[in-house]
Amino acid sequence: MNLSLLILFPLIFALAIPFCNGLKQIRMLAFIGAVIQLLLCFALLYFYSIKRNLGNTSQMVFENNLVWFAPLNINYHVGVDGISIAMILLTAFVVLAGILVSWNEERMSKEFFFLLMLLSVGAYGFFISLDLFTLFFFLEVAVVPKYLLIGIWGSGKKEYSAMKLALMLMAGSALVFVGLLGIYFNTGTFDLIQISQMKLSFEVQKLFFPFAFIGFGIFTALFPFHTWVPDGHSSAPTAASMFLAGISMKLGGYGCLRVATYLMPDAAHYYSSAIILLSTIAIIYGAFATMMQTDLKYINAYSSVSHCGFVLLGIGMLNQTAINGAVMQMVSHGLMTALFFATIGMIYSRTHTRLVSQLGGMLKIMPFISSVFVIAGLCSLGLPGFSGFVAEMTVFMGSWKNSELWYRIATILSCASIVVTAVYILSAIGKVVMGNLENNKFNALKDASWNEKLAAILLILGIVIIGIVPFLLIDLISPGTNWITTKL
Amino acid sequence: MSNNNYIALIPLLPFASFVLLGLFGKKYFNKLSGIIGTTSLLASCVLSLYAAYTYFFVFGKVNAVYQKFEVLKFSWLQFSTTTSIDMGLLLDPISMMMVVVVTFVSLMVHIFSLGYMKGEERFATYYAFLSLFTFSMLGLVLSTNIFQIYIFWELVGVSSYLLIGFYFTKASAIAASKKAFVVTRFADLGFLIGILILGFHAETLDFNTLISTLTNPQSAQFLSITSASFFGITALTWALVLVFIGGAGKSAMFPLHIWLPDAMEGPTPVSALIHAATMVVAGVFLVARLFPVFALDVTALDAVTYTGLISAVIAAIIACTQTDIKRVLAYSTMSQIGFMMFALGISKIGGEEGLGYMASMFHLFTHAFFKSLLFLGAGAVIHLVHSNEMKDMGGLRKLMPITHITFLIACLAISGIPPFAGFFSKEEILLAASNSNKLVFYVALITSALTAFYMFRLYFSIFWNKESQAHSEHGEGTLTMKIPLIILGICTLAVGFVPFSELVTNNGIGFHSHIDYLFSITPVTLSLISIFVASVLYKKQNLEPEIISKSLGKFYTSAQKKFFVDEVYLFITHKFIYTLIAKPTAWFDKNIVDGLMNLMAETTAKISELIKGVQSGKVQNYALYFFAGIAALAILFIYILK
Repeated sequence: MNLSLLILFPLIFALAIPFCNGLKQIRMLAFIGAVIQLLLCFALLYFYSIKRNLGNTSQMVFENNLVWFAPLNINYHVGVDGISIAMILLTAFVVLAGILVSWNEERMSKEFFFLLMLLSVGAYGFFISLDLFTLFFFLEVAVVPKYLLIGIWGSGKKEYSAMKLALMLMAGSALVFVGLLGIYFNTGTFDLIQISQMKLSFEVQKLFFPFAFIGFGIFTALFPFHTWVPDGHSSAPTAASMFLAGISMKLGGYGCLRVATYLMPDAAHYYSSAIILLSTIAIIYGAFATMMQTDLKYINAYSSVSHCGFVLLGIGMLNQTAINGAVMQMVSHGLMTALFFATIGMIYSRTHTRLVSQLGGMLKIMPFISSVFVIAGLCSLGLPGFSGFVAEMTVFMGSWKNSELWYRIATILSCASIVVTAVYILSAIGKVVMGNLENNKFNALKDASWNEKLAAILLILGIVIIGIVPFLLIDLISPGTNWITTKL
Repeated sequence: MSNNNYIALIPLLPFASFVLLGLFGKKYFNKLSGIIGTTSLLASCVLSLYAAYTYFFVFGKVNAVYQKFEVLKFSWLQFSTTTSIDMGLLLDPISMMMVVVVTFVSLMVHIFSLGYMKGEERFATYYAFLSLFTFSMLGLVLSTNIFQIYIFWELVGVSSYLLIGFYFTKASAIAASKKAFVVTRFADLGFLIGILILGFHAETLDFNTLISTLTNPQSAQFLSITSASFFGITALTWALVLVFIGGAGKSAMFPLHIWLPDAMEGPTPVSALIHAATMVVAGVFLVARLFPVFALDVTALDAVTYTGLISAVIAAIIACTQTDIKRVLAYSTMSQIGFMMFALGISKIGGEEGLGYMASMFHLFTHAFFKSLLFLGAGAVIHLVHSNEMKDMGGLRKLMPITHITFLIACLAISGIPPFAGFFSKEEILLAASNSNKLVFYVALITSALTAFYMFRLYFSIFWNKESQAHSEHGEGTLTMKIPLIILGICTLAVGFVPFSELVTNNGIGFHSHIDYLFSITPVTLSLISIFVASVLYKKQNLEPEIISKSLGKFYTSAQKKFFVDEVYLFITHKFIYTLIAKPTAWFDKNIVDGLMNLMAETTAKISELIKGVQSGKVQNYALYFFAGIAALAILFIYILK
């Protein structure tokens, strides 16, 4: 299967959007594009498993390597393993759901859907790239549209948030770029597979690992560079929040794993305690900070800081179980948080408030939306049957394998965060969904429309499938994580 | 061994009913959902009775020892080559016993709810949640793997949460549901870390492998877990105590019991099922499941014994002072579970040696019947008088004869009066205690007398005392409410005669136990005296109770205030966690961390403001900078970098 199709299709649809007239045509085009993309991703999964079942054990499959800019050794080199496929599937789910919840975006809809599609091009490109320069190129393609999405279609202090997000992510990109150049000048190539077979000297790794890891870390809310998350999410329009938390934050986690840790394993060992320290702080600190939030989007944003901490914790533990957990947590958090933001968007578009204190008794008037809210909440607090549980437990099991005292303490503290999570999630459910109707004006509000229902069901399906048959996901990603851990 | 795959249907039928009712029930067949849920559970109950019968009497025993069978086991989540979460069904005496208890009591509650919850708007949702609970509880008792049990453990927790908060517009119900979940979650944290320790050292999560490797003193795993230590305590002790904390949370043991009385906010049939007969004994079940491992460690067993004993006493004292009938029953549940716990704690491995273990399981079994009967009876009373308070009741025996008789039977059973079920099991517990630990025995004896007192205080206050003011518009309740009461009443009379010691022991070898009548004289006499005292005080309205409670002064009021445990928790959570941790964290994030980021941005802006003068557009300035730069570079190369 030609992987370039994954970039080509959304690009064609993105470019076709400006030629449409009216919201109806635009959204239909975007919808069809997203559906085709999802089917394409399933086809990819199907062909991939056939290849593996036939005994193909190569690291990457469906590779394609073309020269892009010969003088600097830049190639358009793409290929996928199980980890990338999991991330690509996640992207396809979130994109389709995001388009469905933006069904009635009337303001500058051409530009809006164009930017959404462009963003997805960046994400798909990023996950299939095996050339560091190409990878960086797509990372930037995924960053820029966000600035516009928040700045134009956002709410609240949107200019400030858009600027903050763009600056912090750009700073992250700059750090990443320094890291990549460092690797390039010491190996003479941008090719990820080639670099992984060479041995970078420990000094070089020690110098450039922090650039790459912190740079990608900023994307995935590494403490203390997480402050773009709350402001960015709260100002963003619903679909942009979903893309931001569901996809963009995963670009960072994927980069930390695939680029920083995989290419510089010695440095990963050297800095492991620092990574554990920062991620444990993020987990606990994010959870406690969430307890005090009053705005639903802030609640979910801070809880994302906490949940993404598990991704970095899993990576920092440097063994296969924990890294499997980290990848599962990326997929799980992507789906779950997209679902949460979608629900918050549905509530906000009806009640025009996101303040917990002004909501209440939603179960009475909108049972569907409320049930989805409860499901998202239960997934977030790690209930078995949903994806969050398997991901977190895999991280914990992996973390416990490191028997030094410091790692033990970090693991126990991270485990303790599940109690704090239960507190803030149940408080939010108690106040928003349960109770008496806070405002009589809400009585006339309608429950979810078909497009919103479809979006929610799509994401819930993903969450539940991973939660009930997690071995499918773990079988998919294990070969990939095995390649990474054998180098550690 | 015959083909036992059909046993999977026992949990899967309620699950199917949950999915069906949860997704489509409310919209398409709200009224019918009760029948659907009940029918699926009836099928499940019949299957489980059949399964238990064939296990105990047909294939379970090989060479006079009950074997453990694993059915339909598959790897669900592989962590490494040896450790994985497996899903499967474990058939052994305790799991088969629990399957019968769970499906039977659940069936009774399903039938009772047909009448009790009639006309409820969210009827289908209610039955969906009940089915979810039954499924999870069955999964829990049939688990083959310690992580599998944890999964279902969490699922029963959430079903309990959903059902306590069923009346979601009531502020007290919302608070109670949250409290129940958070407190048990906190305890589960211990359970989880215990699992991590056990899994790490034993290199397996599978119950059978875990038990067989750890009970072999020569195995590398045993040496590893007993030699590793943390703060001078071995990893084995840590693991078991932590796992027990999880069990204590679910089973409402002191000091983690605070959620149980509040959980009475849920519909009463739910209290009968979840908070009396099944979920709250999960902690006892967990200790019993891991009993061979617990038996290796004296410290862990002592923790079980004394936690159980303290809970039994404290709960019995508090129960004497409560006026809400469901809360009395809740504390009584806590007290009875305390009996089961310490009975496990004083037990040893083996047939007769393991009398405590057998007695604990026997009491769990009989308690399920009479306690769910008490709750359903209380439900019928509440249905009639629309109040939970004793002062609104009294003289109801003529209005509700069936409820009255069955309630009386259950009260006699819990008080340990022969020949009712509770007598047999409690007698075994006391006997086991007197054989192994005299302190435990005497405390248990007093607690057992207190039990008879507060139960008959409850009984007389509801059915005697003053003349009835209630006038019933719908009589005693529907037929569907009466039938479960009658069936459970008959069971309460009958189950004591089950030859339990021949079926359920911790090594699979049955023994013949007999009631020692000489030994029984003391406890039975004490209970009868307590009943007599209760009848003097509460059969007719009089001032004696008030005088006595006044004379007890501070002790009485503090018992009535549940010994202020709730206040301590509130203090810790509010003053400590909110004010000292969460608030400063949020402040720190907003002002310091984010402040630094903003400061960086502002500084950058200021610096650019300062140096923007450099880009003046004047050529002569540029020329000046140019030469200055060349001069600087020249100096650099000549003097510094030579």
